[in-house]
Amino acid sequence: MYLYPIWVRLWHFINTLLVLVLIVTGISMQYTDQKEYILVVGFAKAVKWHNITAGLLTINYIFFVTGNILSKNGRYYRIERKNFLDNMGKQLRYYSWGMFKGEKHPFPVSLDQKFNPLQKLSYVLAMYVALPLIIFSGIGLLFPETVISRLFGISGMILTDILHITMGFFLSVFLAIHIYTCTLGARPTSLFKSMLSGYHEPENHTA
Amino acid sequence: MTSAPVRYLLVFLFVFSGFPGFASGLDLKGENTGAYDTTAFKSPFFEDNERCFVCHGQNRYEYTNENLGRQVRAMMFSERVVDRSEFYESNHKSFSCTDCHSASYVQFPHPGELRMEQMYNCIDCHGNDEKFAQFHFEEIEASYQLSTHYKLEEEGFTCWDCHGPHEYKINVRNSSNLKETILYDNNICLRCHSNFDQFQLLTEREEINILQKHEWLPNQESHFKNVRCIECHSEINDTILVSHLINPMEKAVRRCNECHSQNSMLMSTLYKFQSKEQRKDGFFNGIILNQSYVIGANRNEYLNILSLIIFAVVIVIISIHIYFRLTGKTK
Repeated sequence: MYLYPIWVRLWHFINTLLVLVLIVTGISMQYTDQKEYILVVGFAKAVKWHNITAGLLTINYIFFVTGNILSKNGRYYRIERKNFLDNMGKQLRYYSWGMFKGEKHPFPVSLDQKFNPLQKLSYVLAMYVALPLIIFSGIGLLFPETVISRLFGISGMILTDILHITMGFFLSVFLAIHIYTCTLGARPTSLFKSMLSGYHEPENHTA
Repeated sequence: MTSAPVRYLLVFLFVFSGFPGFASGLDLKGENTGAYDTTAFKSPFFEDNERCFVCHGQNRYEYTNENLGRQVRAMMFSERVVDRSEFYESNHKSFSCTDCHSASYVQFPHPGELRMEQMYNCIDCHGNDEKFAQFHFEEIEASYQLSTHYKLEEEGFTCWDCHGPHEYKINVRNSSNLKETILYDNNICLRCHSNFDQFQLLTEREEINILQKHEWLPNQESHFKNVRCIECHSEINDTILVSHLINPMEKAVRRCNECHSQNSMLMSTLYKFQSKEQRKDGFFNGIILNQSYVIGANRNEYLNILSLIIFAVVIVIISIHIYFRLTGKTK
């Protein structure tokens, strides 16, 4: 089943590289110290590459949103209110219980339904909540003059930076879970191969 | 003071404005200084000093030329003009002009030999005096003698080039607004380093373009507004509050980590005076947060711990999941 068009795969591949660089350089800035650590990039290099990569990620994000608006891919991200909690519960039960008992996937992958409800919610939160927040707060840190100087007696820069690193952290957690759930295909490597070939291998489980 | 949990909550509610309409940026003009009470001070020598200020208090002065038999208006040489309001806000506001200048100046026209009058230096009055012991003037003098500025003494450099006796006011100890202190202190440097007329009086070097020289510095404007020049251009001294050992250009701090780290050197320089009053809301170097925010230096201990716990929980859940996959009916 051809599920991942070339533009989605291209966006995803670029996004993967950029996010990895952003996490490494972001951690380098956050946990910087007087001593230069060998495993972490030095502060000056981290700032430079974080800025460059973030600029590219922003462009790539605009490409993703535009692609979703112009193509049918956007429909996969529409959350249906009907039976929302029930469906979430079914999927959660499957991941935590059913799949170990050999039960069938409650929401098998099809051309109309690329993501299961839990997957859809996490993707929407990551792509349409966390990403815009991290991009806007990042622009604020890059151009401090655009950030309000104080809010309720607290520096606007602190708030902006905490928002930025909190979103960065949640996206890092998302990445860890995302990579793991991608091993839940027909075989542990199936979904990784799908993102390269575009073809989804039918299975009982999905990520 | 808002409690720490409320602060974090606020982060999620309403944080960032990237729109120009909201932008108040780092503008210093509108901020309340609240540091100097100038109206309350009345100099006991006000009347005496007016004899000097009547001519030296502004650019234009008048005198009676007895030879011509009429009033003459003339321009005062700018170096000889002393701003009254600046003087009565300065450290030396309680002085009479003749405490430092010869009493013979009361004669007009001033006697010609007064042009050769020897001027005092800070240490002449402040050195070895218990009243000023807390300022460590002797240590300041020793540091200054190691400073790159000291090499210019032969060219005429003195304490007054940075600390004008008629207007200098002690700043970092008294000010509740650090941004204003930074602006005040940086203007002391810029008086020569961004004014070639002044600069060339002391050196044969070519004009310096401060902005170009600091082009490598990310967020240059933000750095200029939030730290003093001496943070990077002087040697940290544990005894004196403001370092007076200005280093040569090659020794300037260029490593970001010196400030952007948990052991930020800003705590030994810009925030030295306030650093004893540590905030207790989980931020490393929290005192900086009252005035500014330094990436890397102000990470939050609680958020660090929380993030590690969340990550550990995720890894544990994934590990348990893998275990059941390996032992259950699935892959």
